[in-house]
Amino acid sequence: MKLARDTWLIFQRQLHLLLRNPVWVFVGVFQPVMYLLLFAPLLKPALNAPTQAEAYKIFVPGLLVLLAIFGGLFQGFGLIAELRAGVIERSRVTPVSRLALLLGRSLRDVVSLLAQAVIITLLALLFDLRVFIGDLLLAYLMLALIALMTSAVSYGVALKVKSEDALAPLMNTVAQPVLLLSGILLPLAFAPGWLQGVAKWNPFSWAVDGTRALFNGDVGNERVWQGLTIITVLAAAGVFWAARQFARSVR
Amino acid sequence: MIETRGLRKSFRSRAGRETKTVDAVRGVDLDVTAGEIFGFLGPNGAGKTTTLRMLATLIEPDGGQATVAGADLLKDPGEVRRRIGYVAQGGSTWDESTAREELVLQARMYGIGKAEAQRRAVRALEAFQLTEFADRKCKTYSGGQRRRVEIALGIIHEPKIVFLDEPTTGLDPQSRAHMWDEIRRLRTDGMTVFITTHYLDEADALCDRIAIMDHGEVVAEGTPAELKREISGDVVQVGLELADTGEAEKLLDGEEYVNRLETLDEGGLRLFVDEGATAIPRILRRIDAAGLDLRSIELHRPSLDDVFLTKTGRSLRES
Repeated sequence: MKLARDTWLIFQRQLHLLLRNPVWVFVGVFQPVMYLLLFAPLLKPALNAPTQAEAYKIFVPGLLVLLAIFGGLFQGFGLIAELRAGVIERSRVTPVSRLALLLGRSLRDVVSLLAQAVIITLLALLFDLRVFIGDLLLAYLMLALIALMTSAVSYGVALKVKSEDALAPLMNTVAQPVLLLSGILLPLAFAPGWLQGVAKWNPFSWAVDGTRALFNGDVGNERVWQGLTIITVLAAAGVFWAARQFARSVR
Repeated sequence: MIETRGLRKSFRSRAGRETKTVDAVRGVDLDVTAGEIFGFLGPNGAGKTTTLRMLATLIEPDGGQATVAGADLLKDPGEVRRRIGYVAQGGSTWDESTAREELVLQARMYGIGKAEAQRRAVRALEAFQLTEFADRKCKTYSGGQRRRVEIALGIIHEPKIVFLDEPTTGLDPQSRAHMWDEIRRLRTDGMTVFITTHYLDEADALCDRIAIMDHGEVVAEGTPAELKREISGDVVQVGLELADTGEAEKLLDGEEYVNRLETLDEGGLRLFVDEGATAIPRILRRIDAAGLDLRSIELHRPSLDDVFLTKTGRSLRES
């Protein structure tokens, strides 16, 4: 119960500070919207899709997963600013739950990601994308779990490295291959066999496949439950590890 | 209120391929009584902050024992946390947050309910004369105002002990005097206050008892008056050119009325003598006879800096 109360406390605080400067939510959406407007129109001919709507069904889920991965991975920067201001240390001398210090922050990130995902989905609707609401909610669950994992990992790494200079290249180095090996921009069905073989080891490629199946109305596709299971396990592991970093002595 | 025995901590630091172990705190024994202002005096890097952070549960000691506010530091750090307050040296407020928000959050992190947290925030704002700025963002505060918010944050849950790490560093003289009054008020309210400082005048004027720390060890402990009394007699400080200092040292070191002699880095000598009034003419005669250029001569009662000097062989002002 204390965990739930403390998590809610930290979540409220973080959300309150975010809403004081809501411009960041929109800055976060800016890049994906550009992809949607300036890159997606190339896809119909490139993917040989029968209609523009079909192309969006492939592209939008990938874009949302991309947003969840990147949005999460770069949350650590905010934490480094908090470390420097002494806010984390101030929390750590109180009996507040260490897991709550992490969860409250990560849940704020999940909420802010879902807000962005809704904006993108609504825009895509204007371009004739159609998706069942049940499937969409399941897809949002997948996105929420991805964001929970990546933001937790980012916080954990931030507590370890304690400097923006180290965090930026580290996160980019991780994000680049993850992005390319997940078939986010183009489906891996186009990839040569060896590349598909490598991508199988990338959990995000399963998540992307699952999300695409959901946008395609194919909720029974095995990639859906497989992707959700893999991401749930990883999110739990990420949260566990990062919460330990919060509990540990930070010099 | 605080009792430590053999508390130690070392850090491993890596420089290139070599790993070095730095003994930051090497066995500290302390006894702090309830209701006093206890000061930790020492130069930067003496291990004051490390000791304080251990007592505040922020870093785990490598060895030794400690009881803080009746709870065992190593076995039950959670209970220690509930009973103490801690105010860090580098600040702890968030730029975009207001003093009121910070105070309410802090109280709630200690498990206090929302309504009570808000009441306490109002009381704290009044007590620290912050009501006027309560709903402005912390980034708009002056250094002194911000420090007052931080102290208010440290005691919002009414702890038995509050640890203040260098509470007046970086403040202008007026804010500093103001802060001293605030700290004395905490004592009046029944709190035990543990501060670190590298200011001699602060330790002297504010603290009931002090421990002098150097290289990770407590080298002296007592009331400021007791510590100064340990050095009997007077202190004569002679200002000389740096080039002449060595020669003057040789001249005066053997004199029977000089109990102890220290050279100053900026040029000159500090002489510990039994009686200044009789020693000064004799010192002047020696310096004059040798044809050295005297810049100044001062006589004073022993200060905490003299205590530090006799215990460590260095002046706190120089280190």
